[in-house]
Amino acid sequence: MKNGLDQEVAELTDLERRVINGLQGGFPVCKHPFAVAAIQFGIDAQTLVDVIQGLQERNVITRFGPLFDIQKAGGDFCLCAISTPADAWQETADTLNAMPEVAHNYLRDHAYNLWFVLATETAAQIDASIAHIEASTGYPVLALPKEKEYFIGLYLEV
Amino acid sequence: MVTDQDIIRIMQAGLPLCPEPYASIAASLELDEAELLRRIDAMLRQGTIRRIGLVPNHYRIGYRYNAMTVWALDEDRIDAVGELFGAQASVSHCYKRPSYPPGWPYNLFAMVHGRGLDEINDKIAALKKLIGDDCRQSDVLFSEKILKKTGIRLKNRSSEHA
Repeated sequence: MKNGLDQEVAELTDLERRVINGLQGGFPVCKHPFAVAAIQFGIDAQTLVDVIQGLQERNVITRFGPLFDIQKAGGDFCLCAISTPADAWQETADTLNAMPEVAHNYLRDHAYNLWFVLATETAAQIDASIAHIEASTGYPVLALPKEKEYFIGLYLEV
Repeated sequence: MVTDQDIIRIMQAGLPLCPEPYASIAASLELDEAELLRRIDAMLRQGTIRRIGLVPNHYRIGYRYNAMTVWALDEDRIDAVGELFGAQASVSHCYKRPSYPPGWPYNLFAMVHGRGLDEINDKIAALKKLIGDDCRQSDVLFSEKILKKTGIRLKNRSSEHA
């Protein structure tokens, strides 16, 4: 996995910018959604498909499609943190990254330096994963499940 | 019977880039396309699907600074501050989470993104100013490295016991 901070900022055409801004919020649910969505950009369906494909290939967008609320879908997830000595996070990160239950893992500049998200099909599997991590790494896990959601709506204008 | 989980499993890889993407998904689920469109509409209404759209790679579009801001708030103030932060254009996610004082006293999390250090620090300072004395303690955790990012996935039935 590439270190995000090492990634070059992509050069974008005006059309690509408009597509990135215009399609973060929604995409039609109908028989010919690309044709419908393309109207707002003044292009045809195939051009929109090509733009999105180009953005995907250059890793400018990480996802195109539905975003699920996995808890409403019957699964569970939990933000967790571990504090390792500043120069000794790699081994613990390797242990975490090898687990399929670990969906995201970030290094952050804090005493709690490893921040990861566990995603499982049941709540019981979250507890089991945490117990496994504590046993295999020797570090206690700070479990920070979402108790209330005030807002979620990432929109980054380009 | 095609369950919501079946629809999620097949759609979590993303929408196929073809003229009739829903027809292609419906075909692999052996579902009528009109029925799939109804199901997707229902999942959007229920919030099981938050939205359909594209997710930019923060770094590649120039948002190189991504901060998790964390705040220690009294229980009777946290909802008001959470709603207030959530209403700010600078905040992309805002959650209440358990705290573990004294080592981890923070119970409110707000994600903030910026193209430059000045931009993100201004956004964080603006949040701080909004709540004034409500906050006993706060901290900012910048991401230094993405170590793994596979997205949150439901497993395939066949690999459930793997």
